[in-house]
Amino acid sequence: MTGATPSSQIEKHRRFSARAVLLGLAAPVGALVFAALVCTAILVVSKHSPADVVDSMVTSAKRPRTFVIALNNATNYYLAAVAVAIGFRMNLFNIGVDGQYRLAAMLAAALAGASFMDGLPPFLRIAMTIIAAMAVGAAWAGIAGFLKVTRGVSEVISTIMLNAIATALVAFLLNPNRLAVLTGNDIHTPEITAGGQVPGIPYPGTSSATVHGLIIVAAAVGVLYWFVLARTRFGFDLKATGLSESAAVASGVNVKKMVFLSMLLSGGVAGLVGMPELLGGAHSYSLNFPPGIGFIGIAVALLGRNHPVGIAFASLLWGILDASSNGLDVSGVPKEIVAIMQGVIVLSVVVAYELVRRYRVRLEQNEVGRALGRTQVPEAVSS
Amino acid sequence: MTNAVQLTGITKRFPGVVANADVNITVRPGTVHAIVGENGAGKSTLMKILYGMQRPDEGTIQVDGAEVSFHSPADAIKVGIGMVHQHFMLADNLTVLENVVLGNEPRAGGRLDFRAARAKIREISGSYGLGVDPDRLVDDLGVGERQRVEILKVLYRGARTLILDEPTAVLVPQEVDELFGNLRELKAEGLTILFISHKLDEVLSVADDITVIRRGTTVASVRPGEVTARQLAELMVGSALPVPELRESTVTDTAVLEVDGLTVLATDGRTVLDGVSFTIHAGEVLGIAGVEGNGQAELVDALMGIRPPAAGVVRLRGKDVNRLSTRHRREAGVAFIPEDRHRQGMLLEATLWENRVLGHQTRVPNARGPLIDRRGAKVDTQRIVHEYDVRTPSIDVVAAALSGGNQQKLIVGREMSGNPVLLIASHPTRGVDVGAQAAIWEHIRRARAEHLAVLLISADLDELIGMSDRIAVILRGQLVSEVDPGAVTPQELGSAMTGAGEEVA
Repeated sequence: MTGATPSSQIEKHRRFSARAVLLGLAAPVGALVFAALVCTAILVVSKHSPADVVDSMVTSAKRPRTFVIALNNATNYYLAAVAVAIGFRMNLFNIGVDGQYRLAAMLAAALAGASFMDGLPPFLRIAMTIIAAMAVGAAWAGIAGFLKVTRGVSEVISTIMLNAIATALVAFLLNPNRLAVLTGNDIHTPEITAGGQVPGIPYPGTSSATVHGLIIVAAAVGVLYWFVLARTRFGFDLKATGLSESAAVASGVNVKKMVFLSMLLSGGVAGLVGMPELLGGAHSYSLNFPPGIGFIGIAVALLGRNHPVGIAFASLLWGILDASSNGLDVSGVPKEIVAIMQGVIVLSVVVAYELVRRYRVRLEQNEVGRALGRTQVPEAVSS
Repeated sequence: MTNAVQLTGITKRFPGVVANADVNITVRPGTVHAIVGENGAGKSTLMKILYGMQRPDEGTIQVDGAEVSFHSPADAIKVGIGMVHQHFMLADNLTVLENVVLGNEPRAGGRLDFRAARAKIREISGSYGLGVDPDRLVDDLGVGERQRVEILKVLYRGARTLILDEPTAVLVPQEVDELFGNLRELKAEGLTILFISHKLDEVLSVADDITVIRRGTTVASVRPGEVTARQLAELMVGSALPVPELRESTVTDTAVLEVDGLTVLATDGRTVLDGVSFTIHAGEVLGIAGVEGNGQAELVDALMGIRPPAAGVVRLRGKDVNRLSTRHRREAGVAFIPEDRHRQGMLLEATLWENRVLGHQTRVPNARGPLIDRRGAKVDTQRIVHEYDVRTPSIDVVAAALSGGNQQKLIVGREMSGNPVLLIASHPTRGVDVGAQAAIWEHIRRARAEHLAVLLISADLDELIGMSDRIAVILRGQLVSEVDPGAVTPQELGSAMTGAGEEVA
């Protein structure tokens, strides 16, 4: 009855973790189901057949080419979401991932396309480009971190403003008199020559699209993110600060230093966001470079619960939804239904996580109460 | 006359646990009704039921003779039942006024009418002698003042029956007297007080009726005149209360902590700690007595390096540590039991073993170079759970799942780890049950015998007198006198704390 024997304790332990996985899945799955219901309702009300929509999206997603595009989108989203998640873990809201990656991609593109780079070995060129992008991203986010630490400026405000400044700065620099060249009507940074490009990975069934080679970097970032958070002192300090700043301070964490460092890290990862596309597809920064990935990253990080694996699934889902939405126009359904679906998912997932979190704490308290037999009769306890 | 509150046959089950079984309580209107019982006896669950935070599985609640059913605390406040929580629910960055009206904002023509609210707060504060200034920032208030704000908040919402959850745990005798004075005034005006406590002397002095709860059920209803504290204790736990006391002196002449002229300013420039100087030797416990909010929190923060001092020197084993960070001080052997364990002592949503790491992130057995040694930390957490009798099924549950006493035992166990040279203990046994209290005292005694220097801050004067080698009295940020714990009574100490012989406004 008291549950104190070693074997029952081990069993209890295992049940705790099996339940943890189930509870972890309950929120995102529940949110997805809810979002699907809402979208079905919208489709029915707007006189479209939900079945047709699902059909055309599935058909589209099954096409290898669509899947490759989805995977490439997901790679960008993943990096953006990890950048956001680093901040979230500290209760820092880095809304500026968008500005950080665009500025980083633009400057890194200018560096990679510069003629003096031609003479360097490919590996060095690629490494320099990536490091430059990370440095720019970190520096741009670092401004917000510095302002927060020294002046108490909310990073939410400063990163939003820095986004606007980044937009203006990119527009200023992307000019033939400065860092850009003009080809016909298209204004872009100098084309990165073959030696500076990262070759794509062919995918069976399609020859018109390849998987970005830098997907490997995204995966490495994910592993590193997990490792730092779960296994290092730095990660412990970061999580502790996010859970309770006052307790972290009392435990000896220098919160200002952590804020600044995590903004630098977040910005550094944000700098990577544009790299798979720049080095693997576009080969130059132009006005066509995909915008808004930083904001998608916020949604994906929320959906993925700031967990490296969760974010991977979330970004893949986002990528597939985006890529398969193009097929909808053909079947006469406005593809904005996908945007609605994504919006509902994010909203419901935030609510669902909070509900599950509360339920989990209550469940565990009851579990502990039961295991200790707190309200048993005195005889049973003393024996 | 109808009863203010009548609970009949209340039973509350959680999966696998019966928290309350057939609880029957009758509260007469215009009385102070004490509910006593050990921690974990089911008092909190019962009060949550009465306050609408939880619903009973069986039984009925009657308020003023009418049966009621609460779905939320809002329902309870509607019939005039208000709760003053043990852990305060105040927003630090708002003023008293804003906290009081929060969720119940007074409006005049679509705008917030702070003037009327301010007047009403002043009126309530004045008529019950709460002494609360509506325009002060809650962040600047001490624990005792925060409690009065909580009481005011409930009164402001028109409560006729007040539930006070362990209200005296944070107060010194004079404040307790003041509180009891307030309670008597409330009572005289026809309000009803439900008073939860395990301090039996206080219960006997203030209550009109006493209900004893043990293991989830009501075991006795008595009048204060009919029982002694000892009988009440036996009803509660079946044994007498442990006594804090030190055995022979273990004081050495090695100075561990030397504080000289330590001065701390508040954010608004007020001097909150004013030229404090003292020395603690190895094997010595220095008690700090004082009414809450007289600079104790600032002293602790300054010693821990959480808040920079404006002037003064802090030396640890002869070395100036003024410029050291909190982490470096901890690494140099400073252990810290904070006054509010939820705020500064633990990560409620992290596991027990992660909480073992907290504050010891850089040291064995928790760290190996820049990495966290999960295995080492878990093994050592098992040791603490075992040695300090932390009641938990596993070290992988979150800290929030433990009772307050068990959380505190884990913190004490953690802080005693790694051979500290100095322990800064703020209210180490606050909100802890009798058994755990005795255990924590014993651990402090043992560490003292092994040359630990201890700075003990406590509102429990028996604890302070029993556990200290010397007691210094802090008043308005200054150490005003030193008393011999062997020769002082709690009453004398209490008057010293309020500035004996001085005119106190």
